[in-house]
Amino acid sequence: MTRKRKLRLNAVSPGTEAVIHVILAAFSLCCIIPFIFVLIIAFSSEESIRAIGYSFTPLSWSTEAFRYAFDKLPQIWRSYFNSILITVVGTVLSTLMCAMYSYVLYRPDFRFRKFFNFFSFFTMIFGGGLVPTYIVCTQLLGLQENYPALIVPLLVNPFNIIVMRAFFKSSVPLELIEAATIDGSGEYNTLFRIVAPIAKPGVATIALLNALAFWNEWYLSLLYIKRNKVLQPLQALLMELQNNVQYLNQMAGQLGAAAIAEAAKMPSQSLRMVLVVLIVVPIACAYPFFQRYIVAGLAVGSVKG
Amino acid sequence: MEKKQVHSRRLGSSWLERNKKTLVLLSMAAPVAIWLLLLRYLPMGGIVLAFKDYKVNPRNPSFISNLIHSKWVGLKNFAFLFKTNDAWIMFRNTICYNVVFIVLGVIIPVALAIMMNEVTKKYVAKTYQTLMFFPYFLSWVVVSYFLNAFLDAQYGMLPAAQRAAGEAVTSWYTTKGPWPFIIVFANLWKNVGYTTVLYLAAITGIDATLYEAAAIDGATKWEQVRYVTLPHLRTIISILFIMNVGKIFNADFGLFYNVPMQNGALFSVTQVIDTYVYRAFMVTGDISLSSAAGLLQNVLGFICILGANTIVKKIDEDSSLF
Repeated sequence: MTRKRKLRLNAVSPGTEAVIHVILAAFSLCCIIPFIFVLIIAFSSEESIRAIGYSFTPLSWSTEAFRYAFDKLPQIWRSYFNSILITVVGTVLSTLMCAMYSYVLYRPDFRFRKFFNFFSFFTMIFGGGLVPTYIVCTQLLGLQENYPALIVPLLVNPFNIIVMRAFFKSSVPLELIEAATIDGSGEYNTLFRIVAPIAKPGVATIALLNALAFWNEWYLSLLYIKRNKVLQPLQALLMELQNNVQYLNQMAGQLGAAAIAEAAKMPSQSLRMVLVVLIVVPIACAYPFFQRYIVAGLAVGSVKG
Repeated sequence: MEKKQVHSRRLGSSWLERNKKTLVLLSMAAPVAIWLLLLRYLPMGGIVLAFKDYKVNPRNPSFISNLIHSKWVGLKNFAFLFKTNDAWIMFRNTICYNVVFIVLGVIIPVALAIMMNEVTKKYVAKTYQTLMFFPYFLSWVVVSYFLNAFLDAQYGMLPAAQRAAGEAVTSWYTTKGPWPFIIVFANLWKNVGYTTVLYLAAITGIDATLYEAAAIDGATKWEQVRYVTLPHLRTIISILFIMNVGKIFNADFGLFYNVPMQNGALFSVTQVIDTYVYRAFMVTGDISLSSAAGLLQNVLGFICILGANTIVKKIDEDSSLF
């Protein structure tokens, strides 16, 4: 009873709340409608698109574009595989490296803690720039036209190190480390069997951020994959289509008259949107589950960002 | 007795034994440290490129030999950069867009977060948050297709509607006028949800009894926002604000490269330092000019971050970056 009165006392008037709902609902819808639109286009028939353009209410529906994508364009399968491979390998490696480095920074008894802290932090505020980084990667490290070129340059993110260390600090008491050491636990054992399980939400947050970064990666492909284009992840394939609708045919090895004949049959407009759907659907499906981890991560890492 | 034995063994042990803990911890730091050394610190040496006239050495065309045989030209690359129209355009665009992003990026999310906090049904507020946060997890390539679905010259929804109504069709990807608004809108669309969630977390952390006390004293909702909520948000707002000012010379490459679909006709309103550095290097192949622009951006950015951090430190010691 008192609780109810308190709530009413402090609530805005029903009229104001209605206005608030209208504004928030409008913006929320605005955030999701483009995705729904693209979904509709992917399932629209090519005739409908040719006749009335992209529309929320197409003249007829069709799964032709999906079937075409999977039957006639093996590169889409390959790119899907590339994206998954890069995401899995990249997430495991980057999270592992980040956890180890953050653990070292979290240990106050580590002799070079200050140095390593600065070593990673400084790269957040100063860098050599695109040209020298590109030259080091391609000429010295051989990161060119291969899978490592799509993974290695993205393995370390100093911001994630700061967030992970903050998680360790807030969830793992130092006495626990001391106790583990006295009991004869090695450092690796302490990190993987004691610290990481306790700081699981933190590790999960960083792993998710890493997975998203790798899944959404197109920049590295733009820089380092010039000839061996079968290695392109989905995002890069999609980007290539921006100014070259015929790109998918070229990838399928069709040239000349055959390509023109095939291109006429290809539902190219809905096909582009099929690719968008293929990229977004995994995120949209996993999103409700990982959202709370990201929000938790934000709270810890926000201000130090 | 046993303890004593252990102790004596440690005293008599080798250097390796005594420093075991440090060495093990070093081995844990090694992967990231080596990565940083190779991919971040080594390229810093490449700064010299900005002061050289980079030419390919025909006798031994490897990068190192090219670099050694290229002439030092001092600040000539910078002078040349500023003689072109490009420098003015890209610096103007980068700074102006960032100023707009920073101002709107504070006002809109704070307003939305305050509104969200007033929603009585919590699951409704959660739904709004979930929907608003979604675009943050998409790549700019995907966003560019979302936009293209509406603006595409041939099939886009808006041109199709114009065509159906018998009006003249706007060619969105070649008309400069609307692009500053489109860029700002796209950036807000993708990032407002994220910042709103951030501010909402700060608002939820405010002690509810403060509002009750204010309400009992007869404060209206506006006054509560003005005298309770905003003062509590002041620190986080100023810190995010100043940190963004520190990044004022950095633009989001994906936004400016993908969203206008790389259209040359739009360069005067979409070219920023990051896209210029990329295009000068990858498209025109002008290593010296690209390096000069990149270095200028890094140095100016570095100064801005140091300045911003000094100011944050004065406001709130704990919240400074370093």
